[in-house]
This record gives sequence, structure tokens and C-alpha cells, in this order.
Amino acid sequence: MNPLKMIKLTINDRSVEVAEGTTILEAAAQAGINIPTLCHHPELRKEGSCRVCVVEVEGARSLVASCVHPVMEGMVVRTNTDRVRWTRKNIIELLVAAHDRDCLTCDRNNNCELQRLAQDYGVREVRFPAAVRHDPPDCSSESIIRDTNKCILCGRCIRVCKDIQGVSALGLAFRGSRTKVGPAFNRGLANVACTNCGQCVAVCPVGALKERSAIDDVWKALNDKAKHVVVQVAPAVRAALGEEFGMREGSLVTGKMVAALRRLGFDRVFDTQFAADVTIMEEGHELLHRLENGGPLPLITSCSPGWIKYCEHFYPQLLANVSSCKSPQQIFGALVKTYYAENQGLDPKSIFSVSVMPCTAKKFEAARPEMARDGVRDVDAVLTTRELARMIREAGLDLPSLPEEEFDLPMGMSTGAGAIFGVTGGVMEAALRTVVETVTGKELRHIEFEAVRGFNGVKEATVAVGDRILRAAVVHGLANAGELLGRFCRGEVSYDFIEIMACPGGCIAGGGQPRSCSKETLQMRANALYREDLGKKVRKSHENPAVQEVYQKFLGKPLSEKSHHLLHTSYEKRSDL
Amino acid sequence: MAFYRSHVLVCGGTGCTSSGCQKVQEALATSLKREGLDKEVAVVQTGCFGFCRLGPIVIVYPEGAFYTQVKPEDVPDIVTEHLIKGKLVERLLFKEEMHEKPVSLYGDIDFYKKQHRIALRNCGAINPEKIGEYFAVDGYQALAKVLHTMTPQEVIDTIKASGLRGRGGGGFLTGAKWEFAARAVGDKKYVVCNADEGDPGAFMDRSVLEGDPHTVLEAMAIAGYAIGASQGYIYVRAEYPIAVERLRTAIAQAREEGMLGENIFNKGFSFDIELRLGSGAFVCGEETALLASVEGKRGMPRPRPPFPAVKGLLGCPTIINNVETLANIPPIILKGVEWFTSIGTERSKGTKVFALAGKINNTGLVEVPMGTTLREIIYDIGGGLPGGKTFKAAQTGGPSGGCIPVQYLDIPIDYDSLAEIGSMMGSGGLIVMDETSCMVDIAKFFLEFTQDESCGKCTPCREGTRQMLEILKRITGGQGKPGDIELLEDLAETIKAASLCGLGQTAPNPVLSTLRYFREEYEAHINEKRCPAGVCQALLNYRIEPEKCKGCGLCAKECPVGAITGERKSPFVLDAGKCIKCGACVAKCPFKAISR
Repeated sequence: MNPLKMIKLTINDRSVEVAEGTTILEAAAQAGINIPTLCHHPELRKEGSCRVCVVEVEGARSLVASCVHPVMEGMVVRTNTDRVRWTRKNIIELLVAAHDRDCLTCDRNNNCELQRLAQDYGVREVRFPAAVRHDPPDCSSESIIRDTNKCILCGRCIRVCKDIQGVSALGLAFRGSRTKVGPAFNRGLANVACTNCGQCVAVCPVGALKERSAIDDVWKALNDKAKHVVVQVAPAVRAALGEEFGMREGSLVTGKMVAALRRLGFDRVFDTQFAADVTIMEEGHELLHRLENGGPLPLITSCSPGWIKYCEHFYPQLLANVSSCKSPQQIFGALVKTYYAENQGLDPKSIFSVSVMPCTAKKFEAARPEMARDGVRDVDAVLTTRELARMIREAGLDLPSLPEEEFDLPMGMSTGAGAIFGVTGGVMEAALRTVVETVTGKELRHIEFEAVRGFNGVKEATVAVGDRILRAAVVHGLANAGELLGRFCRGEVSYDFIEIMACPGGCIAGGGQPRSCSKETLQMRANALYREDLGKKVRKSHENPAVQEVYQKFLGKPLSEKSHHLLHTSYEKRSDL
Repeated sequence: MAFYRSHVLVCGGTGCTSSGCQKVQEALATSLKREGLDKEVAVVQTGCFGFCRLGPIVIVYPEGAFYTQVKPEDVPDIVTEHLIKGKLVERLLFKEEMHEKPVSLYGDIDFYKKQHRIALRNCGAINPEKIGEYFAVDGYQALAKVLHTMTPQEVIDTIKASGLRGRGGGGFLTGAKWEFAARAVGDKKYVVCNADEGDPGAFMDRSVLEGDPHTVLEAMAIAGYAIGASQGYIYVRAEYPIAVERLRTAIAQAREEGMLGENIFNKGFSFDIELRLGSGAFVCGEETALLASVEGKRGMPRPRPPFPAVKGLLGCPTIINNVETLANIPPIILKGVEWFTSIGTERSKGTKVFALAGKINNTGLVEVPMGTTLREIIYDIGGGLPGGKTFKAAQTGGPSGGCIPVQYLDIPIDYDSLAEIGSMMGSGGLIVMDETSCMVDIAKFFLEFTQDESCGKCTPCREGTRQMLEILKRITGGQGKPGDIELLEDLAETIKAASLCGLGQTAPNPVLSTLRYFREEYEAHINEKRCPAGVCQALLNYRIEPEKCKGCGLCAKECPVGAITGERKSPFVLDAGKCIKCGACVAKCPFKAISR
């Protein structure tokens, strides 16, 4: 590789040297100068549309957008002149004039990028008449609520949906000041090929996109004496919840989180990781069954509901390849209302089953008609990590100062394999730990499958499973998935087993997690989950005693008739528009 | 080859098509056939003559008789009187505003005398649907010359030396653009013709496409040779159906004759052209938005750099030239740099086509050397203002341009002089205004346009023009407040400085230039709630001045809402409560007794 050419320039009279191709914004950051941004997002294609990041470049006819403008040799940049500050302030004021300013009652109050900019730039009055639209919010989706009246047209949602997720459910319509973001033909999100992944929610700088909240339903159940309220928490939640309370990124707050949930009033606090272990039992055996019985291969994982809906819309021809296994959330829900209910002598109808997920798509998944029996839903309410944080604050609890507590048994018992479900490659790694030992009957010495870890968009590995070589691939981010599947459909690649996670980085970057996270944050969340794995006494799903007990006492064996009835599901072809 | 003693040229441009030239042409053909003259007299459908006000236009050669507003009923006269008896049909001949006698001949008409037609050279002279007619006027000779005798670098050097600047608005040196693209590294390169003409009132590109489509194809092939491209696209508005049809015909004919396609002139150079139809978004005239649209995406600009010459269509080096620019290329190649640089001014070479509109007698298309004064264009060519009204300002450059007041009537018009006085060349729209034009209203009109046509991507343009428009609406609606002018200026500076593309960066110009030269009109609207030009309805108060009123009653008869009453021979009275400010009474009053 050629060494990078270095470029010398001056920013605010200070000499700076950066690699060729660096933007002015990045160069300034390297020199310790912060330039405000709105449409810019470090993980997204550069757009240069909001113009909040304008700076003066000597010799340029107009101001330039520093987020897109590359540095050039000898360039003289000023980021803090009267003209620059005044222009930025005017732009912010224009955005505020066109923004539905119900800040006090907004989901993003105190966590809004526009609000912060208006504060930083001293926008104290708006000299223009309010130019706010009055569209009804789009509440069609089970997962996401869209309020165009708050949209500032930064286009982040469009870019993440198109470039990172390869879905393009959102786009721009109309021109001039009538321009707005929306699904095609002004249909609701529920009526287009939206995967509910919530990446749009995660990148939205304002309150235009948010999850459909289940908080009220959960409070109501918690206050209902007749209800036995059970909660499960997904692995990725414990690696990010602390951020909402000012804790360092990557803080693992499992014990404190359990304590908080108990104090909120849940009757039992269980762990989705338990169900992840069950998933491995089912999916692992499904893989072995397919390997022995001629496919269809590759088997593709089914834990990520965003991925499932993507497949239903865009790759229906591959639905037979997708594992019929429900996701851990739904497996857990099904077991709570059957196995656990039987055990405790409870009427399933009296159990209210709550899940806390890093995910918005889980809300849609829980509401799928296949995920209920006789009108009893596996999971009654899904909270995102952000919603749980709000409930904790609402209850007056201070997460960092809570004691560490343990999950309830038996469904709170889990292995390290279940923990790493929350990060890309984790399901694959967990499955391999079990599959290899099941086939060989020998203990696996080295259980870390490094090849499937990390944030590369597509990871490939070949693993010896007995006398057979298993060809595995791991993808995260739906655009990566679409590309890999395209290659597979064209016969360019072939695999036995593919793990697909809808969100880039896996569940740790889910649409329900604390917002605006960078690659560094993700890495720290991933590290937290790998720490949880390392800290577990049992690190292979099939060795989880509670899981073994479920099979002994209730399910029989993996892929038994009972498992099929309770833990497996089916998919449907959906329109790609 | 058949010999015809006379040729009857019928304009087939969009303007004349609207006024019924097709029927005239059919009538001519039938009539000639009936008289047995169809072997002696040829009827030729041409492109636009530019004199659109008086269409349909028919010219009979060899005499050069210029007949205007010809109807099918007039055809028998033309055939029997002119073509059989050899006498001009006087009643159809063009008559100058200032002269008594009709001007019979094309070349004698003031409208044409001062023009210098390079880009429009073949418009109205040849049948655009026959490649043979283009061949006959040296068509594709320039391409042949280039392929046989010049290296790509020599072509670029020639265009650079000619000083030709982009005619679409920016005025960037065409040769420099070509050179950037030629030097850029890329497996594929593209030549794109920007035929997305969008300035209100401008239609020179349409005229070239309708009247001389082959010149555009030829120029694109030359450009392709110069930069190393083998594929061209013409991005043309779907609202130009005649242009689209003639381009299709021309491309098919050029392919058939080997002027496009593989191995042109057997010189190993291949070049082909496809059409891409735009849906008329103004912003698609901006080059990066245009490229996005050609690629099938929403037409929105993207930040530059990278410039299209380096990274354009599908990520490949691309040049984008406007139609009028391209129409200059073949003559420059054939007649040489010296000839071209002898026309025009120091830094603006050649000619420019203007679309004359507004309060001017001869509306239409004119092509004049750069450096011609506004006075010459408006009075000598345009025939002055109708109804003896006085000139107030001319708007050039469309929504990106500005208003030029009377004190600049004599400055030579070129790219730089226009920019100096706060306007711009733009694509060549020229709208003349008289004392009955309100400058605040004009600014509002253009802001309405840009606000409508803003792509909505960047904040300053999307939100800023909206708020500027709100303020202008307020001012013209009688709700102006002190401080509004300063707020307009504040916004204008922000939009100019911070917008993403040229559309936004120039959008405030109509406001800034009218503020520069007609600030007192804004002040009158805001402070005195008065529209000096009598245009802004909300500010008008119609009143009959009793000392001037002779009591004739014409106004009362004319008033559609019965707001005027009175006894004959004594002053009439206008009821302001009933008045709808339509202005009918003012127009009717012979004594100018009604004020507003």
C-alpha cells in the first residue's frame, strides 16, 4: 500500500498536517477544533446538506461545508469568524423556524442535536414565522413512529436505510420547502418494505423518529395485582444501558440492571441468554439435520427479526434456507407461557411477558400472528433499552448506585455462548461450540472462534466439524447481507451456515440502543459481552443445566414434536415495495 | 437532384406550431399541387426564425419575402399572387413599428439586421429533419476536419484559444472543462449535453434543438474525440416534444450516415448518443443534479469537489455542455479561432442568444455579439417598448440574475459587466420592464420560482428562500414591517454564502439587485404602504379625482362590480368597499382621472 500523502494546511492560524482525502471537518477535529454538524454522521455517506458545518476557506467564492470538502495543500481555513458564526446561527434559526418546537414534551428533550446547537449558538429568538408542517404522525408500524413535523431533512435516516441496510424504505418526496421524508406514495411504514430495524431511529438527530413505546402497557401490568409479570433481558442491553446513566461506554451493568428490574416490580427477572442457549440447541441440531439430509443449505440464522423481514421482502426465494427456529425472544416467551407456567402452576393468561431488547424490530416480531397460541402472545410487551432507562429514571432509581443482583432461576441461568449473541458473529460462535462437540463427542479445547469476531462486513470461516469442513459466513448490516445473498443466488459463493444480523455490529448497535454511537462505542459494547462470556462458568449452550432440564422435563430433545410446535415458526413472502 | 425555382420556408418551431404553422404548411402543399407547382416550388419546414411574436412565419426564397401571421386562408394569395404572378403579398409582409411601408425582405428587417447568428445559424434556414440539408451547410465538416487533421489536444487547444465560455449560466471556459476531463483518469468518459433549459422565458436551446439538432450531435462527437469519450447523453426536457422528436430523427439519421456509431469516418473513433428525458425540474440544470437524474436518481445536486470532469456520470470523468455552447463548436472548428475571437469583447468571445420578453415590441430570440449594449438589443432589435412606455429595468439571468436599471442601458453586455452590476448572463433570458412593473413584485415572482424549484436538500436554500418569500409576500401584501429589508439582506447573505449549489447561491440575486437599484420602492411599500408602480393590489386605493373627472361615465360602464356611480357630466364616485382593484376603470378613463 502506498504511504498516505500528507497535506499541510492552516486552520485558525494553526498549521495542521493530515492525510490526503481527509475532510476539513476531520482535520479540524484532529487539531482539537470542533465544528458543529447535523446531517453528518461518522458511519454514513457524507451528504453536506444541512450546511451547519460551513467554514471560511481563503479564496473560495462562498463558504464551504467542512464535512464534505477535502483538505488541499496550503489551504487556509477559518472556523470561527464572525461571518461563519453568524451564518451558522442563521441556518440553525431557519431550521428551528421549520421545526415543531414542542421540546418540553418531546421524546428527545435534552438529547436533541438541534436543541443543543440552538443552545450553543445562542438562538434566543426566531425572527421568522413558524414554517412547521402539520402532518399526522405515521403510527402504522408496530415498531417505529415517524413525525415529519419534527424532521429537519438531514437525510440520515434515508442514508442509513439505503446505504447500510439496503432497504430504501425512506426517500425524499416533493421539492422546495414542501420536501419531506417518507415511504413511497406516502404509505405508512407498515405498508412498505420496512424491516423495522430502527437504524433510522438510532441516527435521527431530532424527535422525528422514535420507537412505539410500550412503557404504559408495562406500568399497567406491573400495577395489576392479578398479573404475574415476567421480564427477560437481551444480552446487548446490559452492555449499553449504563450509557443512559452517564456510565462509561462498555460498562457491563448486568447485576445493577437486574436489581433495577426487581425494584420496578417485575415478579421474575430472567435472561434472554437462557433462550439463546435453547436456540443453539434447536438451530444447531437443525444444521446437523440439514447437513445429513441434503439441505437446504446454507442454513441461515433467524434470531434477527429485521433480517427475517428483509428476507421476506427481498429474498423470499431463500426463506426455506432460514432456520425455522424462533428467535431467542420468542423461544423465551413460548417457554414462559408453557413450561414456566406449568412449573409454577400459573394460568398462562395471567402471565404478562415483557422483554427488554436493543431492538425495535422485536416489537413487530412479538406482534406477528404466528407468535401466539389461542390468543396468548409469547411476548406481551417489548421495551427497548432506551425505554427501560426511562422507566428506571421514572421510578427514581439511580442505576450506577444500585447493588448487583442475580437473575432468577431457572430461566435466568445462561452460558457465555448466550451472552455473545448480542454481537455480530456471536450466534455463529455459540453454534459452533455446540455443533462441533455434538458431532465429535469430544471437548473443544479452544472455544474462541476469532475468525467470526470483529466488525468486517462479511466474515468467512471454515471449521472442521468431525470429518466434514463447514463453510460459514457471518454478515451484519442488511446491505452486506443483500450483497452476500446476491452472490450466493448467482452461484458465486456457497456456504453451509450463515449468520445474519440486521444491524451493523449486531444487536449491540440495535435500533433500540442508546443513540448516536460510533464504531469505538460499539467495540466497547462488544468487549463487554465478550467479558461476560469469559466470566461465565459455563460457556457452551448444551452444558447449561437449566437448558438440559427443560429438555429432560418438558421438550424431550431438540427438534422434538413439542419443540416444533412451540419453538419453531414459518415465514411469508412479502412485497418488495 | 430536383431543381426548384422557389422555396417556401415555413417555421416549424414550438412557437409557430402553437400558432398553427402545420395547417399553413398543409394548405401550401395542397394548393401548390392543385396549381401543378409542386415540382417547381418546394415547401420546407424549418426551425425557429426567432420572431415568435408574429408566427406562423413564412419566407419565400429567392426573394426573401418575410410573411408574418400567415393563416391557411392566406395561402391562396401567396400561391397565386407571389408564386404565380411574381408579386409580393403586401398585406402579409412584416411592417416595422416605426416605418410606414412594409419591409419586404428578411435581411432588411431591423430585428435581423443587427444580429449575428452563429449558434442559430441554421435555425430557420434548413429542414432539421433532413441530414442532407445539414450536410449542405457544411454539416459534419467540422467533425471530419477534427478526425482527419487534428489531435484531441489540438481540438482542446482550439476551443481554449477561442475563449468560448459556457452559455448555460456559469460562463466557465469550455476548453478548460474539456481539458480537465481529458486529463482525468477513467476507463470510460462521457459527454453530456445539458438541454434542461429552465429559466422562465428562455427558449434558445429549444430553438437550436428544434431547428438544428445535428449541430449538437456533431459538437458532442467532437467533444467526445477531444476528451476520449465514446458515449454521449442528451438530457432534454420531456416538455420539449418537438425537440425530442427531431433529436431522435437526427440521431437515427446520423447513425445511418455513419456520423455516429462505430469507427466514424473510418478513423477508428466511435461515438454514440442517447437521449435522457427530464421531467422539467429546474434544479436538474445544475450539473451534478443533472447527472443524478441521468443515472435515474432524484435530481439533487451534490457537493463539489469532486467535479464532474473528474468524477461525473457513474463515477467517470464527464463534461457537461449546454446546447448553445455546443452549437458554437462546429463553426469555431471550421472558421478558426481568429474569426471567433474577432467577435465579442475582451473576456467574452462570440455571440449570445437572448430571449426577449416582457414589455418589448419584438419578443423572440435574438443572437448578438457579446458587447452589444442593452439599448441596441431593446430598441434597435427589439423595437422598443410598446405603447410609448418608458424603460425601467431589464432582468437578465432568470431567477439567478438581477435587474439592470436605466443608467446601465449603454454598458456593453458580457459575462463580466453583467456580474459587476449585480446581474448575470445566465442562459440569456431578457425581460424588459416599464414603469408599470413593480420591482418588489418582480423579486417575489422569482423567489416564488426558486422556492418552488429548490430541490429541498440544503437548509439555506430550502428554508431561506421560503422565509425570504414570506417577507416579500408580506411587503407586497401591505404587511411590511420596519426591519424587513435588513432581514431580507441578512437571509440573502446566508443563502448566497452557504447554499450547496448554484441555484441556492444565486437565488437571492433578484432581491439583492432590486434592493440595490430600487430600494425606495421597497421602502414605499413598507413605510408608506404604497406600490409606486400600481401593481400590488393590497396597496392600491382607487379614487376618482373629481377635478379631472369629466363625468363621461365610461368607467362606471366598465366596472364589473358596480363600484362606480354618478350623474353624467358631474364627477363620478368610486366606492372603495366594493372595488376589487381590477384596474378596468383606469384603462378606460380617457382623462386619467382615476388614481391608485
